[in-house]
Amino acid sequence: MARVLVGVKRVIDYAVKIRVKPDKSGVVTEGVKHSMNPFDEIAVEEAIRLKEKKLASEIVAVTCGPTQNQETLRTALAMGADRGIHVEIPADQCAKAGPLQISKIFAKLAEQEKADLIILGKQAIDGDNNQTAQMTAAVLDWAQGTFASELKLEGDELTVVREVDGGLETVKLKMPAVVSADLRLNEPRYATLPNIMKAKKKKVAKISPKDLGVEIASSIEVVEVTDPPQREAGIKVESTEELVSKLKESGLV
Amino acid sequence: RRGNYATATATDITVFQDIIGHNHVLTDPSELEGNNIDWIKTVRGQSSILLKPKTTAEVSKILKYCNDQKLAICPQGGNTGLVGGSVPVFDEIILSTQRMNDFISVDPVAGCVAVCQAGCVLEALSQELNKHDIIVPLDLGAKGSCHIGGNISTNAGGLRLLRYGSLRGSVLGVEAVLADGTILDCLSTLRKDNTGYDIKQLMIGSEGTLGFVTAVSILCPQKPKSLNLAFLGVDTFEGLLHVLRKAKQDLGEILSAVEFLDSACMGLVKTHLNLTNPIGEHEFYMLIETSGSNTQHDEEKLSSFLDEIMTSQTVSDGTIATDLNKMQAIWGLRERQAEALLHEGYNFKYDVSLPTHVMYDMVLDTRRHLEGLCTSVVGYGHLGKCDGNLHLNVTCPQYNQTIASAVEPFVYEWTAKHKGSISAEHGLGFKKRNYISYSKSNESITMMKKIKKLFDPNGILNPYKTLPDT
Repeated sequence: MARVLVGVKRVIDYAVKIRVKPDKSGVVTEGVKHSMNPFDEIAVEEAIRLKEKKLASEIVAVTCGPTQNQETLRTALAMGADRGIHVEIPADQCAKAGPLQISKIFAKLAEQEKADLIILGKQAIDGDNNQTAQMTAAVLDWAQGTFASELKLEGDELTVVREVDGGLETVKLKMPAVVSADLRLNEPRYATLPNIMKAKKKKVAKISPKDLGVEIASSIEVVEVTDPPQREAGIKVESTEELVSKLKESGLV
Repeated sequence: RRGNYATATATDITVFQDIIGHNHVLTDPSELEGNNIDWIKTVRGQSSILLKPKTTAEVSKILKYCNDQKLAICPQGGNTGLVGGSVPVFDEIILSTQRMNDFISVDPVAGCVAVCQAGCVLEALSQELNKHDIIVPLDLGAKGSCHIGGNISTNAGGLRLLRYGSLRGSVLGVEAVLADGTILDCLSTLRKDNTGYDIKQLMIGSEGTLGFVTAVSILCPQKPKSLNLAFLGVDTFEGLLHVLRKAKQDLGEILSAVEFLDSACMGLVKTHLNLTNPIGEHEFYMLIETSGSNTQHDEEKLSSFLDEIMTSQTVSDGTIATDLNKMQAIWGLRERQAEALLHEGYNFKYDVSLPTHVMYDMVLDTRRHLEGLCTSVVGYGHLGKCDGNLHLNVTCPQYNQTIASAVEPFVYEWTAKHKGSISAEHGLGFKKRNYISYSKSNESITMMKKIKKLFDPNGILNPYKTLPDT
């Protein structure tokens, strides 16, 4: 049976209105509701379903970030992950760590934990990078099945239905492999109260990137973060003639 | 029977057009369709004039004219009422707050008193106040359509009453226009003001029968930094009351809402709205919301509370919403009950307050009483600090006289016997006014009639509402 590693990122809640910091160095995160990245929730759910089908032996949830990330790990554990690993990165350094650094962390942990399968969200809704799964597979030199909307595991063969531009593509992978979860893969469950209580007793190991020999400073520098341009108000016209002349004026017809 | 009022003529329409402009006097029957009928489609009027003033001065001119001409008026906000208070009964002219939706101010110093026009939609007002880090002390299922002026005229209760109390405490001031056009400026922004009679209280909850509310000032609490929502499954009503007591003890000042629904209600939202029950099947479901200023503190409290009710085995199943989408999904199970019920056909809706320990007996007794007659009898509502507010609903394919006479006055007698109120938060409107004596003494009803006479001698404001015929 497979040992599954799932990545869970703590991000600003999907329903929160994002505000850019006045100095344009990033977005306001203080005092803002955070939750688990929705795609990661789907990844956790898929791992749990594998375990329920007795195809996975253990689910290890991994999160990278500051102390508050423990909440996110607890959520994964309450849903049904078996134990957690918190790779602690102080808040001020978190912004510097990009997908490449995180993928190196996942790769190291996969080796240490003797994982057979890594399931990650296809992207995090904060950075929208959509790179960590691909990079992790590359660092490990494992097979990858990205944008999964269906996943089937038989022996050491993994069938992944991928959501691609033209429709669906089915690929077969040999384990070990990295899979990234798309929106339609499943509908994540609500953690039940008894499981929330049990999750408090589950083991969470705390390590630092240094312990894994990973340097987290990225060579990418964020120059500026700005709001999207505001939509300008439209105008009302009295007649079709006026509409046509306005359209001509603005060079649209 | 129609009161002794004048019938609006073309001359009257011209006068209205002069006051508020041609565009805002509507007389096309198809445009008035939605204003003549309540949203649960139980009462219909035949008004042929809809007026949409923008300013208090315009309202004043309109009312003065109508008072002189003895033209009856039906004040209307978002028309989300459930007792037929906001739709005309005959041909009353509809006076709508729809265009009176200016947000006026938030006091710059304390930042907690909001002033706005009566036609602000609750949800829009709430979004505006969010920018100032404060909230409206009122939240209810109809927030997307209801107007704050209507909320005040009906003294709406809603989901936050448990925490922030009734509007009688949080509304600091009201500006209203009386029947004769007098502008009554009680738009105070003070919390403490004991100078004479508090006239604005008469505007709160009088359903537009004493004055037309044009603007309000509201004391607004800080926007909580931390919100938590637990959804629990309980198998007996006793168990549910135990959880309520425990929640009050353990969650104390951070407790912001306790709501419940029965298994029949859960069935309705599942069948008609395709919502998902996040937990297993139970007789009752409870929503417990906390809001506070410190996430860690609140979570700790909630967690130890849940721990205890789990170990005491009162609750065996439940979940905690970990993100805002899940919170909304869970709130939907409770907030969208009225919508789901409409899919069943005609709804007999009752909104009673009762001592919590007998609250659900009313559903059971009504179910027994109506057995074989109707489609379903369901109960949901707000669990309060002292009394509980039950929304009892009886559904059937279409309006049915046999059921009507079986259920009324049965439910009112039941309520009176258990010392409850026959209208906890919906008001009396058109549908319940003749049952007022189940909850109020003859002396107080007589006094109410005297007050009505004093404020509105010609009886032009929302006739056939609130007070009984005789």
